[in-house]
Amino acid sequence: MAKAPKDTGPRVDQPTGTEFVGHEWDGIEELNTPLPRWWLLTFYATIIWAIGYTVMFPAWPMISRATAGITGWTSHGQLADELQAQQAKRAPIIAAIAATPIEQLPAKPQLMNAATEGGRAAFKVNCVQCHGSGAAGSKGYPNLNDDDWLWGGDLKTIRYTLEHGIRNPDHAATRQSQMPAFAGVLSEGDVAAVVAHVRHISGQRPASALTQQGAQIFANNCAVCHGPDGKGGRQFGAPNLTDGIWLYGGDTATLTETVLKARQGVMPRWGHKLDAATITMLAAYVHSLGGGEASPAPQEATPANAKPQ
Amino acid sequence: MQSLNNPPVPDSLYEKRKAVYPKAVDGFFRRLKWAIMIVTLTIYYVTPWLRWDRGPYAPDQAVLVDLAHRRFYMFAIEIWPHEFYYVAGLLVMAGIGLFLVTSAVGRAWCGYACPQTVWTDLFQHVERWIDGDRNAQLRLDKAPWGPAKIARRVFKWSIWLVIAMGTGGAWIFYFADAPTLAQEFLAGSAPMVAYSTVGVLTATTFIFGGFMREQVCIYMCPWPRIQTAMLDEKSLIVTYKDWRGEPRSHGLKKTHDVGLKTGDCIDCLQCVAVCPTGIDIREGPQIGCITCALCIDACDAVMGQIGKPRGLIDYCTLDDAAVEKAGGTAQHPLRTILRPRTLIYFTLWAAIGFAMLFALGARTRLDLSVQHDRNPVFVQLSDGMIRNNYTIKVRNMEARPRRVALIVTSLADATIWTADATRTRNVRQITVDVPADSVQKVRLFVAAPARGEEREEFTIRAEAQDGDRRGDSDEVVFERPEREDEEQGE
Repeated sequence: MAKAPKDTGPRVDQPTGTEFVGHEWDGIEELNTPLPRWWLLTFYATIIWAIGYTVMFPAWPMISRATAGITGWTSHGQLADELQAQQAKRAPIIAAIAATPIEQLPAKPQLMNAATEGGRAAFKVNCVQCHGSGAAGSKGYPNLNDDDWLWGGDLKTIRYTLEHGIRNPDHAATRQSQMPAFAGVLSEGDVAAVVAHVRHISGQRPASALTQQGAQIFANNCAVCHGPDGKGGRQFGAPNLTDGIWLYGGDTATLTETVLKARQGVMPRWGHKLDAATITMLAAYVHSLGGGEASPAPQEATPANAKPQ
Repeated sequence: MQSLNNPPVPDSLYEKRKAVYPKAVDGFFRRLKWAIMIVTLTIYYVTPWLRWDRGPYAPDQAVLVDLAHRRFYMFAIEIWPHEFYYVAGLLVMAGIGLFLVTSAVGRAWCGYACPQTVWTDLFQHVERWIDGDRNAQLRLDKAPWGPAKIARRVFKWSIWLVIAMGTGGAWIFYFADAPTLAQEFLAGSAPMVAYSTVGVLTATTFIFGGFMREQVCIYMCPWPRIQTAMLDEKSLIVTYKDWRGEPRSHGLKKTHDVGLKTGDCIDCLQCVAVCPTGIDIREGPQIGCITCALCIDACDAVMGQIGKPRGLIDYCTLDDAAVEKAGGTAQHPLRTILRPRTLIYFTLWAAIGFAMLFALGARTRLDLSVQHDRNPVFVQLSDGMIRNNYTIKVRNMEARPRRVALIVTSLADATIWTADATRTRNVRQITVDVPADSVQKVRLFVAAPARGEEREEFTIRAEAQDGDRRGDSDEVVFERPEREDEEQGE
């Protein structure tokens, strides 16, 4: 160890003119080069800042949660505030949408536009699970882009379907249609014949003896709902069998299955889950996808718009 | 060897600024600088206040960078963001223009037109007006701080500050309607960014023009380096003709009495005294020389007084310097300026300029862009047709509302409609009203028979329905489902 002489004060390294600290190891000694003043001050400032920060904001982890901090700030609280601010900003237009009967929306382009965009967002949350992100549906789940509607494609009708659902057993106002299963009612040959007839009226196969036989069976068993010409009927939700759109499939195998076992697709009702404005917005969005139909000519004086739940 | 192994360590790498007190001077180049200063400052301050009538749908400010609405107006030209290549073209022209000017007349930009030079010059005039000329300034600087000095300093700095605020203040008027913004600015209701911009520019002008001055050119600015690299032996630079000036004499009479042979330079140091960057041009070309040519004026005046021809310090190329040194006569300046290098630069510069002018003249002010909906790609319709959806953007870049026809060609038996209309057979053209100077988004439905190519190309055309019938078209694809089901169906 190099011992600094006690009387001559600190030793100084000659080439650099810096004092020694007094630490030495294997002949290498440490010089006393202090940190720059500005650096040190910045460092102290960060310490003071840190103390202030831990007092003001949540910082120290405790057993169940961190210390609260005297400002009471939390990131959850900030998020809630921002969401609330957004909702407050949207509130007037949402209120206006809720207050407007849906068939009058198209006359107010700004509201209609807002409704469509709001519906686009709500669709992504509530509807894509079955109808798909592009609303193109899949087997058993209708494509909402096309121009074929089981129950009707004007704004008001779409809204009713949304609000009350389809085949909800616990709800009286729900859309209800019941195709019977024909297994055991019709013979195998009859089923084959009626399927052939349906494929004929939808333009998928030419007429033959089989289709003529099927036409008779159709008239006896199916025409009640699907109509004598097979064009269906919206009052029963009976699909049009002559067009190019099939919910489950128009090939022989699928049609045979449909006739034998029937189809009982269910859509949940949204009236008790979503608020009126959101349902209106969803209807506007679905209507905008390309298949939306014009509202029926206004029947004068229809004040009974507001349906009881 | 000693010095190689132990190079002298400078005490500090920071060189303290040596204050420069340029002396007032008069002469041809000084007057040229006055003229250029007036012209450039006038352009800068007056431009935002010029009006240009564009009708009711566009602002009437001649030069306006409307960031909020993403438009750039310059007299009859309006540029949209997607036409930013015109600005890129202007920047390329500025770059080549710099090459051209530098190879022809050296660092003329630095010496005359650069804002740093112009504002420094302005600040120095203010300084001379308040503090007096070079010697008075030197004395005042050395004098201890007293009431008189403080008063002068505060007065000088206040005037600088006013100029600086004027500079920053003028800048913001390029970005908003000048008269409106001026009112708002004074009333305190202008946007925060206006005040902060003025604040920042006031600070930079005050500091750069008042205190940093030539240090900006020597240490901060990259252009002197680039320009130095651009200079060649045929570029005009400010040259001290040492073959004529050396050896220097201190007082003519004295040297004549002694009978020594002397050059024309009498070492009066006027060239150093007037130099705004504080260099001695007699040491040869150097980075500190911004070629403002004030030393030429100063030297010419002295040469006149002692009865010698002007031009001991003068614009001269390195080539001419060699010729003159050998006793020849220099080329006419025009021949120096018009040489292949400058002509090539000029041709390039002009070609880009003409190309842009042509493009500006020929551009259509109607633009179409079409995006095919991908989810779903196609929709089966009940009557067997297939529908594809497209999101169409029609850009009307004219300052008036226009009616535009959207026309589908070459897709057999197609029919088109929009969300607010219903489908009817064989409609191939619909009209859209596009507001002035804006983009109209249209959702277009196109239906065509299921039979056909799986991916069929067709054209959507946008055609203005008023006067100028030009438009724009876009090639798009109509997609159909795969055709297996047809084969299945017997």
